[in-house]
Amino acid sequence: MKKDSKAPVVRFENVGLRYGLGPEVLQDVSFSLTPGSFHFLVGPSGAGKSSLLKLMYLAHKPSRGLINLFDRDIATTPRRDLPALRRQVGVVFQEFRLLKHLSAFDNVALPLRVAGARRDEIDKHVVELLSWVGLKDHLHARPPTLSGGQQQRVAIARAVIAQPKLLLADEPTGNVDDRMAMRLVHLFEELNRLGTTVVIATHNEALVSRLGHPCLQLDQGRLLIRESVAATGPARQLKNALDAAAKGGGKQPAGPTA
Amino acid sequence: MIVRRTDLPLNRDALGRFLPWLIAFMVYLAVMALAGMLLLNQLAGRWDQGIGSTVTVQIPAAADKQQDARHMQAALKVLKDIPQVLFAEAIPESQIATLLEPWLGAIGGSGDLPLPQLIDIELKEGATLDEEAVHRKLSSIVPGVTVDSHGLWLERMVRLIRTVEILSIAVLALIALATVGTVIFTTRTGLAIHQDVIEVLHLIGARDSYVARQFATRALFLGLRGGLIGLFLALPTLWGIGFLVQSLDSSLLPDVSLQPMQWLMLAVVPAAAALIAMLTARITVVRSLAGMI
Repeated sequence: MKKDSKAPVVRFENVGLRYGLGPEVLQDVSFSLTPGSFHFLVGPSGAGKSSLLKLMYLAHKPSRGLINLFDRDIATTPRRDLPALRRQVGVVFQEFRLLKHLSAFDNVALPLRVAGARRDEIDKHVVELLSWVGLKDHLHARPPTLSGGQQQRVAIARAVIAQPKLLLADEPTGNVDDRMAMRLVHLFEELNRLGTTVVIATHNEALVSRLGHPCLQLDQGRLLIRESVAATGPARQLKNALDAAAKGGGKQPAGPTA
Repeated sequence: MIVRRTDLPLNRDALGRFLPWLIAFMVYLAVMALAGMLLLNQLAGRWDQGIGSTVTVQIPAAADKQQDARHMQAALKVLKDIPQVLFAEAIPESQIATLLEPWLGAIGGSGDLPLPQLIDIELKEGATLDEEAVHRKLSSIVPGVTVDSHGLWLERMVRLIRTVEILSIAVLALIALATVGTVIFTTRTGLAIHQDVIEVLHLIGARDSYVARQFATRALFLGLRGGLIGLFLALPTLWGIGFLVQSLDSSLLPDVSLQPMQWLMLAVVPAAAALIAMLTARITVVRSLAGMI
């Protein structure tokens, strides 16, 4: 469901990034993401995947080059307008970065509160979403009391609660088994079907080859674009088998009706 | 009191225990300084009204009584001719003896001890007397005469009080500055402690004002709590001082006490401290967040 007619959600042109006076961790990175696209971001450790995501969720400014987010040049956007852009970007951080002192409910409610949503709306949507990811019984649990997989689902719920146009996930399948990984990726695909542009950083090559989405491949700070690794033949069958396995798992949340 | 839910674990850091006590000390000192200032102001206001209305002329004792009487006549004549003078009259010798009694004992106005003569002068309302000129004029007739204006003495006293008042204001300003410094320091520490959480809020799309509001609200409540502690420590101290002053029962100390309006001003100090804390926290947070992209 690509809408090529629309302006790209993200556009990088000759972007370079260095920390302090160190070497460039990203060099001459150029790419653009069309609305509704789904990309994996792959590459060995230290290739700059997290740095590239940080540029996309506006945690850093590039040392050089041009970044457009939602058709706005970040360099010329005044600081006071950046929060509004960030609210359209959902991020699943590498270590989740849940707020330990807040309940699962409050963590997920945060993006809505920050945006000044009404209280009854917040209550309704957060409970709905947490139920959907199978955490209905853990609304008031604090993250440290939840398992790794449960924390991950809270983090994902927080990333998607405000219906972002762009969803970024940094190694979301890092600490979970294959079955859980597939379930999470399905969740992202579900959101993608609803129109969200998705970028998932991972070094799980097996996952990437199974699903057949195009890849942004980083190697020593340089970017290659690997268009559509076709998921055909055995890979497709494997994917289907894994899908079935995932659906069999008792806590698989029912997808939202489109 | 409304307990606000905050996204930052602000109630769990040590600052929550630390800041109220610091503010309590500040408010204690501020209340004492302000109370002193208000009392002095009242005192000065009372003495101000007495300034310049009375003057005393003192004529030293001469060789014999006739000379004394001549001096007195001449001096009175000069004084009564001055247009500003409402009246001038000699103070009877018996009264002078009474005034001196505490120092010299009962001398009963006997001629044994040469006593100076005194003239009491009351000036017309609003009039001022050029003491130097009067003194010059009298000196040519009566050698060794002195012109003593209570006004001058009172004026000096009032000036001293006004100086102390200015000092009190300076002390209040310094206390306010120290409070600002304390809050800046604790807020910066809080920002450092909660940096990670603040960064998450920032990346989720929180505006600086959203984060600042949480720090400011906490500073307001901590400041109010500390301020009330300070006030409740200061009030017994003030009552204690008042009690001691009363029990002295001395005519040396003028009878002044705080009026209801002035008590109210003291009660406002904790609120002012809380407000200072809130604004300082807000400005500190907004300034330091401006460094983030």
